[in-house]
Amino acid sequence: MSYLQKSPWIIHYDASSCNGCDIEVLACLTPLYDVERFGILNTGNPKHADIFVITGGVNEINKEVVQNIYEQMPHPKVVVAVGICACSGGVFRECYNISGGVATVIPVDVYVPGCAARPESIIDGIVQALGILEQKRHAMNAGVEGTV
Amino acid sequence: MNSMDPFIAAALFIILAPVVGILITGLDRILTARMQGRVGPPVLQPWYDIRKLFQKKQVAVWGAQSFFIFCYLIFIIFTGALFFGGGDILLVIFAFTLGHVFLVLGAYVSYSPYAHIGAERELIQLMAVEPMIIIAAIGLYQVNGSFLIGDMANHPGLPILLLPGVFLGFIYILTFKLRKSPFDLATSHHAHQELVKGSTTEFSGRTLAMVELAHIYELVVMLGFIWLFFGDNLWLCICAIIIIMVLEILVDNCTSRVRWQDAMTSAWFVTLVAGAGNIFALSIM
Repeated sequence: MSYLQKSPWIIHYDASSCNGCDIEVLACLTPLYDVERFGILNTGNPKHADIFVITGGVNEINKEVVQNIYEQMPHPKVVVAVGICACSGGVFRECYNISGGVATVIPVDVYVPGCAARPESIIDGIVQALGILEQKRHAMNAGVEGTV
Repeated sequence: MNSMDPFIAAALFIILAPVVGILITGLDRILTARMQGRVGPPVLQPWYDIRKLFQKKQVAVWGAQSFFIFCYLIFIIFTGALFFGGGDILLVIFAFTLGHVFLVLGAYVSYSPYAHIGAERELIQLMAVEPMIIIAAIGLYQVNGSFLIGDMANHPGLPILLLPGVFLGFIYILTFKLRKSPFDLATSHHAHQELVKGSTTEFSGRTLAMVELAHIYELVVMLGFIWLFFGDNLWLCICAIIIIMVLEILVDNCTSRVRWQDAMTSAWFVTLVAGAGNIFALSIM
């Protein structure tokens, strides 16, 4: 296990979630689930983060915000879309102001469906993201990714 | 330590301080988690964090910040080497302050409003803390008759018995230096505060790793200051450090951040009453 996988720091952004998934993301930090056991910290700062956890479908207003946060994160980085709205737009898909899932704006690495996604599945999604993070680190060192 | 060659002692500090500092910081995080009813990360988590940050790609809008943070780290290491090499305590304090000035400059490099307010608060913290550190140096001089740390460490008795007020004031400002609540104004170990990450907001990758490493060296230097209050009674000193760290973590967990006005006035009040009062009493004795 590389150091990157032992210390993944997260930034959580609520695109246009109903707050259901946000509560579940925060529940992961509580004593019951305690993700700090795995070195996972919620930083709230894109420049310190490795994993971008995003909830809710992206709307026309915050498209740029999502893009901006993603671009501020240093490589290697992964995106985890939490909840069915972040995956595909969910029940809000047809709304006039919703662009769709997160993948319409930035590349998503792990999809965690659910309404709301359960903390167990969120943690599982982040653990899967760690594997992708490691692949991306190798790709970065090989000069394939994150060279721009 | 003092009977050792100063260069060997300084080299030992440079090598061993990260080990000691990482273990203390790791235990701190576990104890914090236990106080909150959680399990907490592994003891070596601060080490994993630093190693990970070195693996990240460097992102800096202005290259100057990496230079300033490098100077910050170098001056903190220099401070510690001077301290454990038994050098002059006044020189130690000046080097320590200069190190922090580089941190403030590093935070001012970018145009980020969060980093700017963090840098301002870092300066406020320096203003709050400096008088007490200088008073501690004066008090230790009065007891030992020397500004050399090598002589202070040889003190056969317990300087703390003559300097209870100075010691109390020093413990008060230790909370600023360890960046713990209620005085974690500039930056905090905890997420989601009004300044994002304060003075460290704009640092990433290797630069942030250097900040973390400097904090760890700084922790060991601050605990070294506590040692001077116990002369050559090493075991008593270790017990005192354990008690003080547990108390700091307890206070960190049960208080919220205060406004900078309250932080500074209370620090100066404690400095004036406990610190300067103690010095005055000692000088007329």
